[in-house]
Amino acid sequence: MELLNKWPKYYKKDVISHYCPGCGHGIVHRLVAEVLEELDLGRKAYLVCPAGCAVLAYHYFDFDVIESAHGRGTAIATGAKRARPELFVISYQGDGDLSAIGTAETIHSANRGENICVIFINNAVYGMTGGQMAPTSVIGQSTMTSPEGRNPEVDGYPLHITDVVASFPGVAYAERTSVATPAGIRKTRKAIRQAFETQVEGLGYSIVEVLSPCPTNWKMDPVTACRWVEEEMVKEYKPGVLTDKREEKRKEKG
Amino acid sequence: MDKVFISGNHCIAEAAIRAGCRCYFGYPITPQNELGEYMAAHMRRAGGVFLQSESETAAINMVIGAASVGTRVMTSSSSPGVSLKQEGLSFLAGFEFPAVIVNMMRGGPGLGNIAPAQGDYFQSTRGGGHGDYRTPVLAPASVQELADLTVKAFALADAYRTPVMLVGDGMMGQMKEPVTFPEPIDPETLPAKPWALKGRGDGPSRYQASLILDGLEMERHNWKLVRKYKVLAEQETMYESYMMDDAEFVVVAYGTTARIAKGAIKRARKDGLKVGLIRPITLFPFPDKVLRELARSIRHFLVFEMSTGQMVEDVRLALENCGVEINFHGRPGGVIPTPVEFSRVIHRYYRRM
Repeated sequence: MELLNKWPKYYKKDVISHYCPGCGHGIVHRLVAEVLEELDLGRKAYLVCPAGCAVLAYHYFDFDVIESAHGRGTAIATGAKRARPELFVISYQGDGDLSAIGTAETIHSANRGENICVIFINNAVYGMTGGQMAPTSVIGQSTMTSPEGRNPEVDGYPLHITDVVASFPGVAYAERTSVATPAGIRKTRKAIRQAFETQVEGLGYSIVEVLSPCPTNWKMDPVTACRWVEEEMVKEYKPGVLTDKREEKRKEKG
Repeated sequence: MDKVFISGNHCIAEAAIRAGCRCYFGYPITPQNELGEYMAAHMRRAGGVFLQSESETAAINMVIGAASVGTRVMTSSSSPGVSLKQEGLSFLAGFEFPAVIVNMMRGGPGLGNIAPAQGDYFQSTRGGGHGDYRTPVLAPASVQELADLTVKAFALADAYRTPVMLVGDGMMGQMKEPVTFPEPIDPETLPAKPWALKGRGDGPSRYQASLILDGLEMERHNWKLVRKYKVLAEQETMYESYMMDDAEFVVVAYGTTARIAKGAIKRARKDGLKVGLIRPITLFPFPDKVLRELARSIRHFLVFEMSTGQMVEDVRLALENCGVEINFHGRPGGVIPTPVEFSRVIHRYYRRM
């Protein structure tokens, strides 16, 4: 009998996770490792991990990883990919990293159509620093820096950055998924595969935004946190394919 | 190769490509725009990457990306832009990634102006960004030296795994002089960088981490950097002695100011004053040893800078407890002093001897 659910080749064994119980990072890490193995990309993978909860991602990923200053992931990814186009380059970022301090880098790497993949973990909060309001926090969401709930009058509105970059001609593929349900995890895996294949084909920038639970900073138990993703977060951030220009990109390339 | 007549900014770019630099990331800022423009025209033809970034911050992080995979890489800017790059410089130093950063300094603080100035001496030589590190700093004083030191900067960066700064100003960047360029280096022939991230292939995976949570581990890393800077100081310190054979009075000046000082010293020599010049070529490591040796027989030192007094602190540190007199004359804010002005200052202090 063959074991179907094997340990991913590009995921380190015998490491203790530093992520909180119920956190979505571990799930997405595993999906990234699985898809790299599936497409045989682990040997030439180069992943930029962010300042944020995933800063220690190299403890788990068993392929080449570099850390970035807060928000600069796609600039580093740009430099690496331009210098060595044969590498398979991923920037793994959180919402504060990608849509606050790194907004300029996000917008411009996307607009240049850099041939890189971005995995964007949206948990509507700054995780590592202890649960402050993020650009992606939803209206009314109570955080350490919006204790009475996010009020658009003073805090502004949730930023839909993936929708913004999806409109750029350089962005070949953008999808939003969630990892709060088994079905969502399967969809996320598929989305990551689509994104990875986009880079392999040389079609340009791809991004997968993953709605991800953060029970610790949401002050919920893991089950309630998953329910909050599925019931509240998806109202603000609707899952689905935001753009798929791969066919026209293929034609452009000839 | 025959001599070519070329401006300083173009010269740095040409020398960098010849040194095997294959990635350039930059953002427009005066007075160094011609450097990026030359790269735009020539880098891609050399099979390399030219990218005009969205910001200075993005440019220096693209430098980190290219350096991390083992490519010779450069960025250039001027004072306000170099301030923005300091985050990345700190990371480059911490990661121990080689890269060359050019600062064609201008008058400041703030936006200041675009005239030649030397107000970024502290920022360049004291680390500039956050954390406990230093950056080797090369300060050319002619267009030929811009070429030579650009090549040297890449060699130092690779040999010591460190970001290296090349500092000049608008005068260095804009003026044209005849230059003999070195033969181009094929990047493929450069020594391998086994630490570079090139994909794990069939080997073990690797990572480059900047976060070192363990205090003792972080301390160990800091001392490791210090040991590297010590070796740099022992082996790579550079300076020029000018008219020092019989000198009884020493002028210390670098870059543009040193050129002006030479003019002033020629005038003073005509008047019979025994004046010479020590011109630091590396600002970090600073040529303190030669100054200390001179202080055994010479008691009078005069520092010229286009700042309110920054390098003079290194001269004072070098000559601490030597019992010598150290004077300073500076013109900050983008005002270029003249040889006549400097020679008057030399006369004034010389008379007091």
